[in-house]
Amino acid sequence: MRVPRIVARRAAMTSSPTPLLLPLAALFVAFFVAPLIVLVALSLNADTAAATWTAANYVKFFTDRFNYSILWDTLFLGVKATLVCLVFGYPIAWICARASVRWQSVLVFLVILPILTSVVVRTFAWIVILGRQGVLNQVALSLGLAQEPLRLLYTEPGVIMVLAQVQMPLMVLPILTVLTKIDPNLADASRVLGAGEWRTLWRVTVPLSLPGVIAGCILTYSACVTAFVTQTLIGGARLIYMPLHIYQQAIGANNWPFAAAISVIFMVAVLAVVAVLSVIGRKSESYGGA
Amino acid sequence: MAAPRHATDWEALSLRLVFGVLAAIAIVFLVGPTVIMLLTSFTASQSLKFPPDGLSLRWYVALLDADQMQAAAWNSLVVALWTTLLSVLLGTAAALGIARSRSSLARACDVLFMSPLLLPALAFGFAALIFIHKLGFAPSIPVLVLGHTVVCVPFVLRTTVAALSQLDPALLDASQSLGAGGWMTFRRVTLPLIAPGLGAGAFLAFMASFDNVPVSLFLADERSEMLPIHLWQQIETNLDVRTAAVSGLIVIFTLILMLLAERLAGLTRQMR
Repeated sequence: MRVPRIVARRAAMTSSPTPLLLPLAALFVAFFVAPLIVLVALSLNADTAAATWTAANYVKFFTDRFNYSILWDTLFLGVKATLVCLVFGYPIAWICARASVRWQSVLVFLVILPILTSVVVRTFAWIVILGRQGVLNQVALSLGLAQEPLRLLYTEPGVIMVLAQVQMPLMVLPILTVLTKIDPNLADASRVLGAGEWRTLWRVTVPLSLPGVIAGCILTYSACVTAFVTQTLIGGARLIYMPLHIYQQAIGANNWPFAAAISVIFMVAVLAVVAVLSVIGRKSESYGGA
Repeated sequence: MAAPRHATDWEALSLRLVFGVLAAIAIVFLVGPTVIMLLTSFTASQSLKFPPDGLSLRWYVALLDADQMQAAAWNSLVVALWTTLLSVLLGTAAALGIARSRSSLARACDVLFMSPLLLPALAFGFAALIFIHKLGFAPSIPVLVLGHTVVCVPFVLRTTVAALSQLDPALLDASQSLGAGGWMTFRRVTLPLIAPGLGAGAFLAFMASFDNVPVSLFLADERSEMLPIHLWQQIETNLDVRTAAVSGLIVIFTLILMLLAERLAGLTRQMR
């Protein structure tokens, strides 16, 4: 049947967006969803080839202290690094939101500079800084803050410090977005009503910017726990986190089913944390909108 | 009047001071490592010491003979360009679909397409390796490009959807009532208006692909080594100053690209 041209054109513009979604959806089904299904299937098998269904890989993971302590260390590492990002990132976003347009561009440029410079390069820079003869130790020794070179490389504080630097932009940008949208009259009103700057910050600005804070925490957290390069280069071989554990089991030990089980456990754990944070985020949004 | 006003000034000052100091520390912390690394790469000596013992370009000159490094850089560049092209084509189409629709299907697609940003990329890389292994394929450049596209397309999608949401629908109506078809409206109205967002997304996707380790680790075949992985292995085994020189080059190129992206697409505005 011939559809009049005008009608056909309108229909093409407004009604069905599905054809536009199809190409990317096809790629994702074929190369994202399907691999993940295969991953889950393999994690429930005893070996790579056969189809003997078993939960042994999961039992092995959760009954061995070595394994589940790695999971716990990784999840907790993310919490610590995210908190450091929040403590330093919020002030940057706060100052940025108050700066003139020109300064705002400069600050945002400085903030995104590290995230666009290769992760390997940034982590490498930290090795130069944190090493026994690195910049930090030279400063500490010459100021008399330390008697002998501090051990920073291959320690967890070192990993947290570098993760915080590497992922900080992911915290700053969402907070900045929310802060610039807050009506400045609200803070003015709070001050006129007699609340001091600190009180205004805690009672007005921070609650209103919570959606941005939560969004920043979600991005920073998921980036920190999966930061394979930073974790392995700064943490070394002794500090094992989940990504390295997966890599070692998959490539080093060539135990694909077990590596698949670790991957599934890790993904579920990260998604669970993200889900909890987004529920909090949705609650805070309704609070901010009220 | 004077007394309380004075009091608030002190409070304002203390807040500015605390936030100013924290932000200043953070900015030094953010920019410092890159600067230190860049300066170290110009060292004249054999060791990676800061401050460097004398300045020279010898390690940059040494890169001219680093065949493996050059091959790795070329591989990374080729994969990043294909990934960016695919991400832009598929991402723009999907962004149009998502922005035009309020249906739950479009919402679900949005969540699915953005999820690679949150899921552990290493787990996805491993899953993709198992998958192509089960299908009987071996790791190769085309497979690698597909894998990179999955993890890089969210950047294009995010900036393009944001740009589309800023678009005044009246402009589209005007174009249509003047007789322009869907394609013409897209090419002459929508595309020029979303170009900065699209450009910024393409830039981010390119950088993300060029820098990717977790997916390349599993999907690159033995013959085609990627630059970040080559560097990672260099750093793990022997701290060669040439690695610092490559890093220096990457930093310089990134800066140039960033300034270009800022000029052409207003990068800093797109990232907020």
